Amino acid sequence: MSELVFDGVSVRYGNRRKGLTAVDRVSLTVPAGKTVGLVGESGSGKSTLARAAVGLSPVSAGRVLLNGTDVRRLPRRPRPLQMVFQDPYSSLNPRMSIGGSIAEVMHLDGRAGAAARRAEVVRLLELVNLGPDCADVLPGRLSGGQRQRVALARALAGRPQVVIADEITSALDVSVQGAVLNLVRDLQRRLNLSMLFISHNLAVVRYVSDIVAVMYLGRIVEVGPVEQVLADPQHPYTRDLLDAAPTRHSRLTSGGTTEVADTEPADPHRPPPGCGYHPRCPVGPLVRADRDVCATTDPSHGAEGRLHAVACHFGRPEHRHETG
Amino acid sequence: MSRRRVKWLAVFRTPVGASSAVLLALMFALAVFGPILWGEAASEFDTGAIQQGPSAEHLLGTDQLGRDIFHRVLVATRLSLELALLSTAIGLVIGTILGTAPTVLPRRLGRTVTAAVNIAVAIPGLLLALFFAVIFGVGTSGAVLAIALAGAPSFARLTQTLAASVAGRDFVSAARVAGVGRVRLLTRHILPNIGEPLVVSGTIGAGNALLAFAGLSFLGIGVQAPDYDWGRLLSEGLDRIYINPGAALAPGIAVVIAGLAFNLFGETVAAVVGVRTPSRKTGPRPAPVTRDAAAVDSGPGEPILAVENLRVAFPGRSGWTTPVRGVGFTVHPGESVGVVGESGSGKSLTALALSRLIETPGVVSADRLEFAGTPLLTTSERELRTLLGTSMAMVFQDPMTSFNPTMRVGRQLAEVSRHHQGLPRRAAFARAVDRLRAVRVPGAERRARQYPHEFSGGMRQRAMIGMGLMGDPRLVIADEPTTALDVTVQRQVLRLLAEVRAAKRAAILLISHDITVVAQTCDRILVMYAGRIVEDLPTGDLFTAPRHPYTRALLAAVPDMETDRDRELAVIPGRPPEPDRMPVGCAFAPRCPVADDRCREEDPVLGRIANAHRVACWHPADAEPPRVTALVSAEHDRAATVNPAGGGA
Repeated sequence: MSELVFDGVSVRYGNRRKGLTAVDRVSLTVPAGKTVGLVGESGSGKSTLARAAVGLSPVSAGRVLLNGTDVRRLPRRPRPLQMVFQDPYSSLNPRMSIGGSIAEVMHLDGRAGAAARRAEVVRLLELVNLGPDCADVLPGRLSGGQRQRVALARALAGRPQVVIADEITSALDVSVQGAVLNLVRDLQRRLNLSMLFISHNLAVVRYVSDIVAVMYLGRIVEVGPVEQVLADPQHPYTRDLLDAAPTRHSRLTSGGTTEVADTEPADPHRPPPGCGYHPRCPVGPLVRADRDVCATTDPSHGAEGRLHAVACHFGRPEHRHETG
Repeated sequence: MSRRRVKWLAVFRTPVGASSAVLLALMFALAVFGPILWGEAASEFDTGAIQQGPSAEHLLGTDQLGRDIFHRVLVATRLSLELALLSTAIGLVIGTILGTAPTVLPRRLGRTVTAAVNIAVAIPGLLLALFFAVIFGVGTSGAVLAIALAGAPSFARLTQTLAASVAGRDFVSAARVAGVGRVRLLTRHILPNIGEPLVVSGTIGAGNALLAFAGLSFLGIGVQAPDYDWGRLLSEGLDRIYINPGAALAPGIAVVIAGLAFNLFGETVAAVVGVRTPSRKTGPRPAPVTRDAAAVDSGPGEPILAVENLRVAFPGRSGWTTPVRGVGFTVHPGESVGVVGESGSGKSLTALALSRLIETPGVVSADRLEFAGTPLLTTSERELRTLLGTSMAMVFQDPMTSFNPTMRVGRQLAEVSRHHQGLPRRAAFARAVDRLRAVRVPGAERRARQYPHEFSGGMRQRAMIGMGLMGDPRLVIADEPTTALDVTVQRQVLRLLAEVRAAKRAAILLISHDITVVAQTCDRILVMYAGRIVEDLPTGDLFTAPRHPYTRALLAAVPDMETDRDRELAVIPGRPPEPDRMPVGCAFAPRCPVADDRCREEDPVLGRIANAHRVACWHPADAEPPRVTALVSAEHDRAATVNPAGGGA
């Protein structure tokens, strides 16, 4: 049972003058055995946050803790924190057999022989519904869905407590995506993994997650149990995302078209002052003249006291403690 | 593995590659056997025949000690090649170490190494070699080191570039996350993936080293007596070039041939391995099969787009592959038609074929392909250009690649009007601004003066649609226009397309892998699978009465905001067939839950089952009970009446 905690994590690139804050003081908890879905548009910093957890992007402030230990101090092998990448075509070494890629991550007793290693590879392949003969082929022979299963098996080879899945289905075809999602959900439950599941697809996040966190311009603007957030979104951006997600019954014409809806997403190089969402907000200062607080004051102060920890000045106050 | 070997073997099939390989082989044979056969003859003093000219006994004459020059040239092959290869090998090793150091060393140290290499690359190699030769002292080992070190920076630079490109790939990140150490990362993940180009440039480098060595020996700072290589022989022969030209020419020619052989071989390997152009030996074009010319409905009025039996074929390794295999549909003015399918279903190729964007060697054929009454396949390119330029608009997935990055957006839009409508520059620009405003680009005047990279993805896509509006589009083909965009921006772009359609009565052909996006936007949906339309149905029927098992499976497999979270997602087993290995019968049969022998043997025809509903299936699923029960294929005699409950008649 492991808990992954992001504690005020910032990731900055570049220097002070021409820098880019990709992730801005994000605090997020992935509770033990739960799946946290992270949604947001491209450029919102979702992937950067995930990569910060595994040391692939530089943490310039804050800490990432696994069960209270800074992830930078975790043992190198076995690594209790593993990641699955978006593109299965580039995440496997084309010159290394599937078995080799998986075995590399495994941490067996030093005296374990080739037979034991082989058995472990086969066990892992079976875990992701692949045959043992897959072990000897090069990735080029496999389809996208199969490769993504191998990538999952490789992540599991490290016997992780926490798995980070970064857009793992968005490069897959729809007919394969379902199978991978089923597998991820099944493995997460069977192995009792804690998981950070990143996707821009709200429907996919809704399907696999227990908790959903919404990210905008490097900040988490709303977080809470998935049913609650989707049923009663507090942040106008979450509402906008929900509105825009295509469903079977919605037609394009439904939902209001306002001037604000056509505004461009903010440029992360020049984040707007105050609330990052205010230039696009349908209930913000552009629409309601009395709400100029949005353009001046950062709403993340006092977010803890609001329902879903929403970073919005006009979010409802929280009545009971909901997120564990 | 075997494919890579085949690729390497292709080197020998090119004339240059084959001849340089033969030359190299001869050279190496000479290096091995030369000294054994003629070693004694070459070092035998003949005081009676000093400095003779060519004769029957001494083909190229003798030197000042009476040794046979011809034999000496042959025997010198070994030392010349040995030294060249040795120095190349040393250079390659040093270069690889220096080049990969930045990925292994701590960042700051790595940068220092990179900077040093960059400086060294800027100094001419031969100058470096001379410099080192002086430092290491005159002699063979000094010269080897000098040439090795002189060649190392360029190898280091190459390795650095290659390693950096590999190090950025996800599998290296994955290995780092897995806790793989830096050295292992290098040896197992990076080096194997950059080996090929390194070996190739090593081959070319060996040729250069050979020349450089000859140069050093010629200058007298290379090989010293009593050893001799070609360079030394050249320098000895040069003194008497007017008396016995052969003595200087022979080693010179040897150097040139050996250098050429190395270089040409390396270049050929680089070309074959790097560019990956398979030798194109394909059979005759596929004969257009005139089946499955799916019925063109005679809807209200003339269609804006009429397609019958559209096929797109590409030459492949083993004959022609046909990723689009007989697609037929019509689009009427103002209609919005969606095309859904997975990658490889042929949906994008269909779109490209419609806009005449399939380039050779691809071949487009169709029984009928008409846009606004003009046949697209038989009309001349010039006539079509204006028609397509003004009446058909294309919107692609990635607008960044559809705009010229060095040209301001407004000017690119204006080009269309200047080119097709002959508007003067100013009027065209004004129209561009107007059109940008029409697609609701904020601050259109200012935006028109910006470059494409200053636009966000959604804005760029709007500008692309705006470009389509520069003319008077009667059909907008949008190929995955929102795939790279976020849901909120996606909605904006789709709404914009809907507005264009309403305002201009333009038809829309929206291609997407996302069935919900298409369902939201379009009136009619074409479901494609393996190069065919398998179902053509009104959007209203999509969620209530889909008939093709593939359509049904697709709908069940995609989670949406109403999917039951406690149930497993439906899964379509298997994967789509490869375009060069199409099954005989229905392409979906191997994955289909209701497939039987007939499906595996006979390909179903797209037939009409209701007024606006066509399906290509022998066993279409039940529609809701009171609906039509007989499936009658429209125009084809092969069509059969099928009882939806089971077997065909």
